[in-house]
Amino acid sequence: MTFRQFWHRLGSPKWFYQMSGPWQSAFAILAVLLLVTGMAWGLAFAPPDYQQGNSFRIIYVHVPAAILAQSVYVALGAAGVLLLVWRMKMAQLVLENLVGFGAWMTALALFSGAVWGKPTWGTWWVFDGRTTSTLVLLFLYFGLYALRRAIPAREAAGRACALLAVVGVINIPVIKYSVEWWTTLHQGATFKLTEAPAMPASMWAPLLVNVVGAYCLFAANLVAKLRTAILRQERGAAWVREWAAGEGRP
Amino acid sequence: MHPKRRSRLMTVVFVLTGAAAAVALMLRAANENLNLFYPPDQVAGGEAPVGVGIRAGGMVLEGSVVRAADSLDVAFVLTDYQGADFRVAYSGILPDLFREGQGILVRGQLGADGVFQAEEVLAKHDENYMPPELMPLAEANEAMPQTDEWVVPGRKCDSLDDLAPRSRKAAVADDC
Repeated sequence: MTFRQFWHRLGSPKWFYQMSGPWQSAFAILAVLLLVTGMAWGLAFAPPDYQQGNSFRIIYVHVPAAILAQSVYVALGAAGVLLLVWRMKMAQLVLENLVGFGAWMTALALFSGAVWGKPTWGTWWVFDGRTTSTLVLLFLYFGLYALRRAIPAREAAGRACALLAVVGVINIPVIKYSVEWWTTLHQGATFKLTEAPAMPASMWAPLLVNVVGAYCLFAANLVAKLRTAILRQERGAAWVREWAAGEGRP
Repeated sequence: MHPKRRSRLMTVVFVLTGAAAAVALMLRAANENLNLFYPPDQVAGGEAPVGVGIRAGGMVLEGSVVRAADSLDVAFVLTDYQGADFRVAYSGILPDLFREGQGILVRGQLGADGVFQAEEVLAKHDENYMPPELMPLAEANEAMPQTDEWVVPGRKCDSLDDLAPRSRKAAVADDC
């Protein structure tokens, strides 16, 4: 199967539903394994920081949550382009079902950041570049949630949300580079693509496990929600009726 | 590509470019105000307003911390290790991470005498995390930069801490 074929089939709710059952289980199992390992490793076995002591361990929750908060938004923006330009059915479902997870991750990043900020910086909150742009991200998620519910017609709501998602992507580089463009209280990036992290492997390895685990959780959550949404959307279709009469019978 | 899709794609690109340009211009216009604090060279150079509530930041100069014996009053010097520094007076409990060589943020007012009267002291830490066992190693080769935001990249001095403040400035001025 070429990539083109795969891509076209991914756009078909029926094909996606029939194929994605094993994906959901695989991602869910991977997420549980990686997150349990990474959290236990990071919170109990990784060495404390020479300066911050044990409070540095909040990094193992904070960094995955913050990375996911931004990645989910980029995924929403991509789905927005697919919906606006190609009118892909699956893109609308992604737009509708990804907002909650992203908002929770952003809230978790802000909360864990505040808990970390109190002992290390000496304050729960400060309006610096990084924290403020992340707060804007949370409001963008709230906006997407509210916009969809404010417009009754599903197609119109989808397009409005798609436009907001696409335009809101501008906030992502602002979050990313806020610690470089302006003087901030927030420290620089923990993981950079171009250079090795500024900490020993005993510290960054559990963090990497947690980040990969968080991505698997994201994938498992998305696939599970999409499967439910597909059944609801296609409930009139023949294949869903057949499924309901056979395999899906309660 | 289908002409209809092409035109929709162009619309999306157009909207995104326009919005990005608008945001970029806004950030550019607001750039000064988006900085959380004034670095030492702006405070020492008179660019920071006097008598107004502001934030300033810098590294605590080694050997500059003076504590009062009978109160919580403390005075110290914040520097960028580039020749600019200013004095800070504070009364209260300092954060756990406050130490010499640490990046610090102070909120308060700059007095006419050049002394910053701080109402709040915050500690800025960096992304260089390290287990305590590695500290002796790091101290041995001085390879661990503290918050290096105030140090121009590429200018790293090997034995800055051994130098007295005056000669330290001279050393930095000479690019080490």
